Amino acid sequence: MKKVMQKFRRYAASKPGRDTLISFGIVIVAFIVMQVLLSLGMVSSLLESLLVPICAYIVMAVSLNLTVGILGELSLGHAGFMSVGAFAGVVASTYLADTVAFEPLRLAIAIVVGGICAAIAGVIVGVPVLRLKGDYLAIVTLAFGEIIKNIVNVLYIGMDSNGLHFSLLQQSFELAEGGEMIINGPMGVSGVSRLASFTSGFVLVLITLFLILNLINSRAGRAIMSVRDNKIAADSIGISTTRYKLMAFVISAAFAGMAGTLYGLNYTTITATKFDFNTSILILVFVVLGGLGNIWGSIIAAALLTVLPEMLREVGDYRMLIYAILLIVMMLFNNSSLKQRILEKRGMKQMEKLEKAEQSGKEGA
Amino acid sequence: MKKSLSMLLAGAMLVGTLAGCGGGSDAATTDNGGTEENTATGTAFKIGGTAPLTGSAAIYGNAVKNGAELAAQEINAEGGDIQFEVLFEDDENNTEKAVSAYNALKDEGIQLSLGAVTSKPGEAIAPLLEEDHIFALTPSASSPANIEGNDVVFQMCFSDPNQGLASADYIADQQLGTKIGIIYKSDDVYSTGILEQFKAEAEVKGLEIVTEQAFMDGADNDFSVQLNACKSAGADLLFLPIYYTPASLILTQANAMGYAPKVFGVDGMDGILAVENFDVALAEGVMLLTPFNADATDEATVNFVTKYEEAYGETPNQFAADAYDCVYAYKLALETAGCTPDMSASELCDKMIETFPTITFEGLTGDGAGITWDSNGAVSKSPKGMVIENGAYVGMD
Amino acid sequence: MSFLNHLINGVSLGSIYAIIALGYTMVYGIAKMLNFAHGDVIMVGAYMCFCATVYLGWPPLAGVALAVVVCTTLGVVIERLAYKPLRMAPSLAVLITAIGVSYFLQNMALLIWGSSQKSFTSVVGGSPIQLFGGQLTIAPVTIVTIVTCVVIMVVLTLFTNRSKAGTAMRAVSEDKGAAQLMGINVNTTISLTFAIGSGLAAIAGVLLCSAYPTLMPTTGSMPGIKAFTAAVFGGIGSIPGAFIGGILLGVIEIFAGAYISTQLSNAIVFAVLIIVLLVKPDGLLGKHISEKV
Repeated sequence: MKKVMQKFRRYAASKPGRDTLISFGIVIVAFIVMQVLLSLGMVSSLLESLLVPICAYIVMAVSLNLTVGILGELSLGHAGFMSVGAFAGVVASTYLADTVAFEPLRLAIAIVVGGICAAIAGVIVGVPVLRLKGDYLAIVTLAFGEIIKNIVNVLYIGMDSNGLHFSLLQQSFELAEGGEMIINGPMGVSGVSRLASFTSGFVLVLITLFLILNLINSRAGRAIMSVRDNKIAADSIGISTTRYKLMAFVISAAFAGMAGTLYGLNYTTITATKFDFNTSILILVFVVLGGLGNIWGSIIAAALLTVLPEMLREVGDYRMLIYAILLIVMMLFNNSSLKQRILEKRGMKQMEKLEKAEQSGKEGA
Repeated sequence: MKKSLSMLLAGAMLVGTLAGCGGGSDAATTDNGGTEENTATGTAFKIGGTAPLTGSAAIYGNAVKNGAELAAQEINAEGGDIQFEVLFEDDENNTEKAVSAYNALKDEGIQLSLGAVTSKPGEAIAPLLEEDHIFALTPSASSPANIEGNDVVFQMCFSDPNQGLASADYIADQQLGTKIGIIYKSDDVYSTGILEQFKAEAEVKGLEIVTEQAFMDGADNDFSVQLNACKSAGADLLFLPIYYTPASLILTQANAMGYAPKVFGVDGMDGILAVENFDVALAEGVMLLTPFNADATDEATVNFVTKYEEAYGETPNQFAADAYDCVYAYKLALETAGCTPDMSASELCDKMIETFPTITFEGLTGDGAGITWDSNGAVSKSPKGMVIENGAYVGMD
Repeated sequence: MSFLNHLINGVSLGSIYAIIALGYTMVYGIAKMLNFAHGDVIMVGAYMCFCATVYLGWPPLAGVALAVVVCTTLGVVIERLAYKPLRMAPSLAVLITAIGVSYFLQNMALLIWGSSQKSFTSVVGGSPIQLFGGQLTIAPVTIVTIVTCVVIMVVLTLFTNRSKAGTAMRAVSEDKGAAQLMGINVNTTISLTFAIGSGLAAIAGVLLCSAYPTLMPTTGSMPGIKAFTAAVFGGIGSIPGAFIGGILLGVIEIFAGAYISTQLSNAIVFAVLIIVLLVKPDGLLGKHISEKV
């Protein structure tokens, strides 16, 4: 028992270990607290309605952090993958409505389908995009995000007894008797059965965290970070930079797709215009504010910044103005000398603590 | 680890802001509730709707909010048995925000809903209204999907297909044009809903549609391509099933390229004369079907327009008029059903579902004939044909 | 004939993109930041001109002058308050701050001028020019836009290459530290760049709203993104590049709408951008900088 404790303590003291524990801790504690409050009826309907979107945004932020924080490439089109996942998931869940009656299973299948479709989009986008660098890469991801939005906007998918029908730009197929349109071009989807729930969102967040944290702390994760820190050095020691870049990018897209499915199945109607440049930026703000490469930072930032504009409803017209000012002030503070000084002071104290802990540890051994 | 502090501070800031906002909230509701705030509290019906108060659709949301508040102020000032407290939450014309805006309203304890202003948010909250059993009378969410598949949502505006039908009939009967060009907004249910029915009816009536040109959100500042296509297809009548915001631009651009077809619009076109600094000469001869005419001379309209201009400094459009009518329709229905403010939302909902199909309401947007509803929630009222002459609407018939 | 019509419309739209892109490119060249608030400065410029000409009854040129003055000041103030403290910060922090500034400007405009659309009076009067018996029409504002764009491009090129301040700008964009050692006041130079960029944005705003006369708080955002694309298209940091990129983008957008589909025109514009960047990863006229270990 003691050995296990010691192992745990050592794990918790290491940086990856600590980050993993904090991430899971935050999510699980938040889930339990929310469940207790929900069962006591102490949660406002507003907050309750935000739970699933928060889960979706957390997964979005964590997955984007993989691209921006761990891989070190700026992506401005993350919402595009969310869009692919959302629409693919909705099509899958509608298609399976009769065959798979058990809703959680149907949701799970839809999420997997959404993830796979987004991953395929990730490969299509990633292969050309990752040849570019820096701001050029960023603008191309933005361009792809817009292209995805435009294409989904003119996509028609219908379903009847003969299966699924697709067409672009115009509905060029006739549906048999009893058929229905799933995606109706620019009008998006409507009449979706809302399968997503807080619990399913929570499970998706846990799975995402588990897989992404494991990836970061694995050999592949270290290879990806080496690409970020110094591509040429990574190349010279035999790391296939293209492969690892693409790997990180595609995994990131896949999770965005899953988040998209969760999001899409939480509303009765969605349109492609929802997943535009502004949504991509919103997710990026979560990641930057939470800290690049800091997974639990992304979680907190996503949750806080989703709730913040809703809590600001009281101030009416000044809501978005205050949001904008807070955004600027937070960025300025994050990079100010004032914060530097506070951190230094705290760092000193922590060093002392660590030293003490180490000494007592030695004595204990 | 470094970030923990910044997150903490961000959190502190959040709390600080919230605390700071607490004080401001009273002021905000005072604005909403109207002049008789004190007498209204506790004895008033709480009605609320979601509306795009910010963002690119804000113009419609603010018109609805103003119209509804004006009606509530009038009713409260009369001091009858029925008093209203009107609440609005911002949905940014976004389905996600509409759901949270609706839930915010629910937390504030609304008993009756004004639905949503725009169609997509309306579709998003319709199933929630059904689930919570809260009755809604939407002033302007006109797509059929808003009232289909539920019992609790009723419309004050025409449904989109009806407008398409009426427009095609009107054009055919009056022989307004032989070659019709259409410019529509493909990602707007309102626009495509009208278009579909218009096309179907045009075929029946033997109207020739020479071209259909689409545009979308984010690509709505240049119509040279669409106008050139209409011009080269030889269209002598331009049918614009769109809102007046892009329509004003289309008229200006058509004028700049020396293209002068007849123009026929729908109720979304109403308001074009109120666009600040718009050269009304460009709209000369534009025809439209609309439920409301701000230049009408009947007492109710004059009273509404004068008060509205006094309070908000602009001429009301049909959105404001529909919202104004919604509140008065509620008053009539509540009186008819003998409801009291202490009833729960669910009880009120049952009463309203029962009552609305039985009443005939005389409103601003009814053209004197009275407004009725069927049990699905669709409204029946006749559109007015208007033509713009010398910068004012004139009845066409 | 419709081909010529489309071409003229494309060049006109492209010229506006080009003017905005010139501002983008100058700011990027010197501050190495993507200034997402640039599109909203355009909007402010247009509102200023609107207020001056409609509310105060000033002549159009005075309105343009007011717009330029206000935007120039605004650009400098934004730089001082929001961007300067972040000069040592990671570029992403600056990007997010720029987005914050963009939201701020949009919502300020919403509070000040309200949400309803305003119809902008063109600063260029006169009736359209009819050619070939009315088959080809050119609006006066089109001609003014194109001419203005060319003049601005030439003046900017001369300014950066010949004048002392322009040389200082180029030096700062090459190497801030070295420029400072050579006695160049880096802060002043950066402020000057923001001033010029924002002044151009004001002119672009007035021309944009003259050609497409609708004015709302969100008017600047889409042209802003398109112009950003144009700047990258031509090679970000390059003045002739921004010009060519802007014009090409406008022409492609109009042609794609006219001959393929208006619903896909944005997608096609972005697809062309991607193809260009894959062939020439630094844009059409961008400088290739080799990576250092």
